[in-house]
Amino acid sequence: MTTPNDLQFQEFDEAADLLSADPGAPTLSMSASNDPAATAGAPAAGEDVKLDLSEDEAAQEESSELLGGQKSAGGFWTFEYYQSLFNVDTVQVLDRVKGSLMPLPGRNFVKHYLRNNPDLYGPFWICVTLVFSVAISGNLSTFLSSLGDPSYHYRPQFHRVTIAAVVIFLYAWLVPIGLWAFLTWRQGAERQVGGYSFLETVCVYGYSLFIYIPTSILWIISYEWLRWTLIVVAMVISGSVLVLTFWPVVRDDTRVTAVATVVTIVVLHTLLAIGCKLYFFQTAEHTPPAATIAPPIHPTPVTAL
Amino acid sequence: MASAEEASRPFAGLSDVSISEEIPVEGDIAVPVGPSTRDDEFSTLDEPVKETIVRDLRAVGNKFIHVLYPKRSSALLRDWDLWGPLLLCVTLALLLQGGAADSDDQGGPQFAEVFVIIWFGSIVITLNSKLLGGTISFFQSLCVLGYCIMPLTVALIVCRIVLLSGSGKVSFAVRLGVVTASFGWSTFASTAFLADSHLTNRKALVVYPVFLFYFVIGWMILTFSPGN
Repeated sequence: MTTPNDLQFQEFDEAADLLSADPGAPTLSMSASNDPAATAGAPAAGEDVKLDLSEDEAAQEESSELLGGQKSAGGFWTFEYYQSLFNVDTVQVLDRVKGSLMPLPGRNFVKHYLRNNPDLYGPFWICVTLVFSVAISGNLSTFLSSLGDPSYHYRPQFHRVTIAAVVIFLYAWLVPIGLWAFLTWRQGAERQVGGYSFLETVCVYGYSLFIYIPTSILWIISYEWLRWTLIVVAMVISGSVLVLTFWPVVRDDTRVTAVATVVTIVVLHTLLAIGCKLYFFQTAEHTPPAATIAPPIHPTPVTAL
Repeated sequence: MASAEEASRPFAGLSDVSISEEIPVEGDIAVPVGPSTRDDEFSTLDEPVKETIVRDLRAVGNKFIHVLYPKRSSALLRDWDLWGPLLLCVTLALLLQGGAADSDDQGGPQFAEVFVIIWFGSIVITLNSKLLGGTISFFQSLCVLGYCIMPLTVALIVCRIVLLSGSGKVSFAVRLGVVTASFGWSTFASTAFLADSHLTNRKALVVYPVFLFYFVIGWMILTFSPGN
């Protein structure tokens, strides 16, 4: 809370003279730069005055801190904490989904769309929808590609749902945990500011998976060139969302670490996409997937081409 | 003065235990017999078992009828019970058995998978609507979601009957139509009951998981293919 003493060092000399001449005069305290309602507290309010707006993202970071939504309430064992993570309206979710579909170089997903209000609704339901869309589309594509085969008997292949769920949820939760832990450790070592919280990392990864939902539905069309084109397009869009989000955080690090981090992000994302395609959308020449197939995130599926 | 003297000698008045007539002391210190008869009205321990079961069955059947003709009534919400959802879930899981070649894992959903999807899915959807700020209680929401599976169960029965007469393109078209209609009916019925005036900005966020839930159940019903 700002006390009257905080305001005094910013008063100009003539105002101080006027005040000393007539102590009883009514005064208006300037509330533009020292807004007592600023949730970021006094240091951020002071910084706002000295900000020189040299970088667009730095300015956005400051303003987003001041304009940010309410912080999560309570500890992580209370229901209110999780309620604060679902504090989004329909338009906000749709806006974030749109932002994940159209990554522009100037727009950091976390700063521009999340604005200190990460939600868990998007990542969770996008993952669930992706699980079912991949499993159902895979089943449909197997059926359609075997239409001419008289010996083919339709199988629902429901076990694929379980496998898809395990793979996608592991990816959407373990990779952000690892990445966030790594980035936090690097920032602790390098003393930098501007890292993302764990929830923001999970949120970015969750929304970046959205492009795979229409891609997996379009994969039903069983032309290999179309499938590979779609996978390249989806990976470019999704990967650029992630790269544009994490590059500003790692670029201040040493060159090797920064490049290695970004390359790892892209490689893991690629493995997920290619693994899903190879496992769930096999062409009719292959036998239906038996239990001996390797887990799709293993690098070996590359040789199965 | 006399009262001051009396007050100065504590317990002085106790030597005279007679009660003067100016202070009426009346009353009935016996416990009234009324509540015990009221207790008998609510006690269901003494009624025959058939009556107990029939009462519960009648409540479940009443809710089924409310699902068949969904209007904005609060019958499902006020007296929620989970017997109906359990019955429907077991029926659905049993009817989805006997599909194509259960011996390998290429077939339809296992019994446990159907159970997990329905119950775990209902719990997740309920938690989702509560986290988004909905005011409906946990078990009421479970009750509504479970009861609204009924059109899909009816569709599964119809599908199995249609499959008895062959599994060609015509039967597939008929099954597709029936499953689509019942899926739409289920979603419409559950959103009619779960309509929450509190969440005007988030209605789509609450309805989408319900849509996905019934879509997956409809998919399981549609892809049921009989064994050879």
